Amino acid sequence: MSESTSSVDNGVNVEALLGAREALSQAPEAAQFKWRATCDWVKGTHSKSSVTSFFGLGEEQQHRREFTFEADHPEVFASEDLGATPVEVVLCGLASCLMAGVAAVAQHRGIQLNSVKATLEAGMDIQGILGIDADVRNGFDGINVSFEVDGDASAEDLEALVAQSQKRSAVFDIVTNPTNVNVSVTKTG
Amino acid sequence: MTGSSDDQPARSVDAVVIGAGHAGLAISHCLREQGVDHVVFERGEIANSWRNERWESLTLLTPNWQCRLPGFSYSGDDPDGFMSMSEVIDFIERYAGKIDAPVLTRTEVTSVRRNADQYEIATATGNWRSRAVIVASGACNLPVFPPVASASPALVSTLTPHDYRNPSQLDDGGVLVVGASATGLQLADEIQQSGRAVTIAVGEHVRLPRIYRDRDIQWWMHATGILDESLDEIDDIVRARNIPSPQLVGSRDRQILDLNAMSDLGVRLVGRLMNFNGTVAQFSGSLRNVCALADLKMGRLLDTIDEWAARQPEAESFSPPERFARTRIDDHPCLTLDLDRDGIRTILWATGYRPDYQWLDVPVLDRKGKLRHDGGVVSDSPGMYVLGLPFLRRRKSSFIHGTEDDARFIANHLTGYLARQ
Ligand SMILES: Cc1cc2nc3c(=O)[nH]c(=O)nc-3n(C[C@H](O)[C@H](O)[C@H](O)COP(=O)(O)OP(=O)(O)OC[C@H]3O[C@@H](n4cnc5c(N)ncnc54)[C@H](O)[C@@H]3O)c2cc1C
Repeated sequence: MSESTSSVDNGVNVEALLGAREALSQAPEAAQFKWRATCDWVKGTHSKSSVTSFFGLGEEQQHRREFTFEADHPEVFASEDLGATPVEVVLCGLASCLMAGVAAVAQHRGIQLNSVKATLEAGMDIQGILGIDADVRNGFDGINVSFEVDGDASAEDLEALVAQSQKRSAVFDIVTNPTNVNVSVTKTG
Repeated sequence: MTGSSDDQPARSVDAVVIGAGHAGLAISHCLREQGVDHVVFERGEIANSWRNERWESLTLLTPNWQCRLPGFSYSGDDPDGFMSMSEVIDFIERYAGKIDAPVLTRTEVTSVRRNADQYEIATATGNWRSRAVIVASGACNLPVFPPVASASPALVSTLTPHDYRNPSQLDDGGVLVVGASATGLQLADEIQQSGRAVTIAVGEHVRLPRIYRDRDIQWWMHATGILDESLDEIDDIVRARNIPSPQLVGSRDRQILDLNAMSDLGVRLVGRLMNFNGTVAQFSGSLRNVCALADLKMGRLLDTIDEWAARQPEAESFSPPERFARTRIDDHPCLTLDLDRDGIRTILWATGYRPDYQWLDVPVLDRKGKLRHDGGVVSDSPGMYVLGLPFLRRRKSSFIHGTEDDARFIANHLTGYLARQ
């Protein structure tokens, strides 16, 4: 594995990331993060989610501004299509996470990236969500991600970059491995 | 402290070695060469781990020519063969005899404490005091389980490589082998061939061909200097120390033991075991990526070997470079498996090993229970050393042939320490 080369610039501050890795391995408490989102129902299948704060490095942290995401279902589901379908938001999360990893690993390995595009497709048998067939799962039956990478390295090295990014990706882990989900309900209003 | 020995005065010696595996014996030889008065404690017999903690069919994955220790090497007529367990035990026993090692067998060390500049060692047969301690008690004393093991369904029996001897001890049903490194693949192979249907859960692994360009892979790893790589040549030593064992087996027919060979035998490949939900096992969807990582990593190693080979004066004499088929994965590897419905009756945890330091009463373990050391020198406790851990000083450190360099370094360091004290 080669060290980061100063002439390579993918816009990733690898020194800072490596410094954080070193510091956090000494202070594992600071590595405990909490990620949050809130979501408000608008109307029908349309909802609006936002993220503002998270916890990490031992204290509350603020995003530079609030980010909002609208989600809805498409017209074929008799909805108004006022936002991405939630499952598409999941694909966006996976793609962005892998993309960030590709850039960071490329910087670390001294590979200059010129352009990178990921295209995702996930199959789903909607007999699951419609409750037609109990043997069909609700979620994806698989996700295909294809990366097109223009970078200054061999095809194998670029492939290794994308493989390493999967190995380090949070969203890749979240979608490939089970996670306990606890949902609680409070009556209001 | 053991009650009976309390009344006897502690015996005194310059150095004690804990463990009479090959590592403890090798350092004993080096200490004797330096004239350091010492004794070796062994809880069982010489080569105890090889006698009691290995399965029957196991052979070394390192060839006979590579079996050497300081002042001793393989002298039989099959340098390219691989030792069986009885041959390994015999090899190590003959070494102990040849170097006339001062071993006290059946002498378990129950506590090591530090008192000012001295160590106090309690053993099953009496107390000792020394100025230096060498921990050579082994890297593989206990099997390691992932946290998910505690949720194993009651209907299956669970087994570790330390309990496993041969397939006949298993129920006739299917077997889930968790872990695809040397141990997992060797056992999956043997159990599948015994007629039991094996499923193997595959996390990150190291793929290596047994034979490359007509030579044993260990020959290449040795010749290129990869096995000699030392601490200062590695950017991430923590990672290097945690690399799993390579998918290799030392068999007469030099078979390639990889996941494709497993598939050919009919073994089912699934992703890393993540969770149990009642009797349903859940596997990670990362199987394809862990296989891609291993394929790519093997490719890079073979590139390194080829580049080295091309630079040699005898470059012409090597067979041409080869590349191996990628790991074949089903389009839809199984993600959940009901062990009950699928007839799986045994889970074999081939998820690694760790040392046992329960007897060590000196605060030198990190928060993960690993001994903190600097190339074998336990800097937090002067006079204490450790030997036989993965990548202690070099990539070869945990192998029989890797012990000599480390043992010599430690014996020198220790001699210097005793002289300064
Ligand atoms: C399945 C397996 C296959 C391997 N295959 C190979 C191979 O092919 N080639 C190779 O070179 N290496 C191989 N190794 C790695 C390595 O060579 C072995 O792990 C080897 O046993 C390590 O030698 P050691 O002397 O460091 O430890 P050990 O052989 O484990 O010796 C440690 C000794 O310390 C004793 N001991 C432990 N605690 C105490 C105590 N409290 N008091 C007194 N005595 C104690 C133990 O009884 C034991 O005899 C393999 C390891 C395993 C687990």
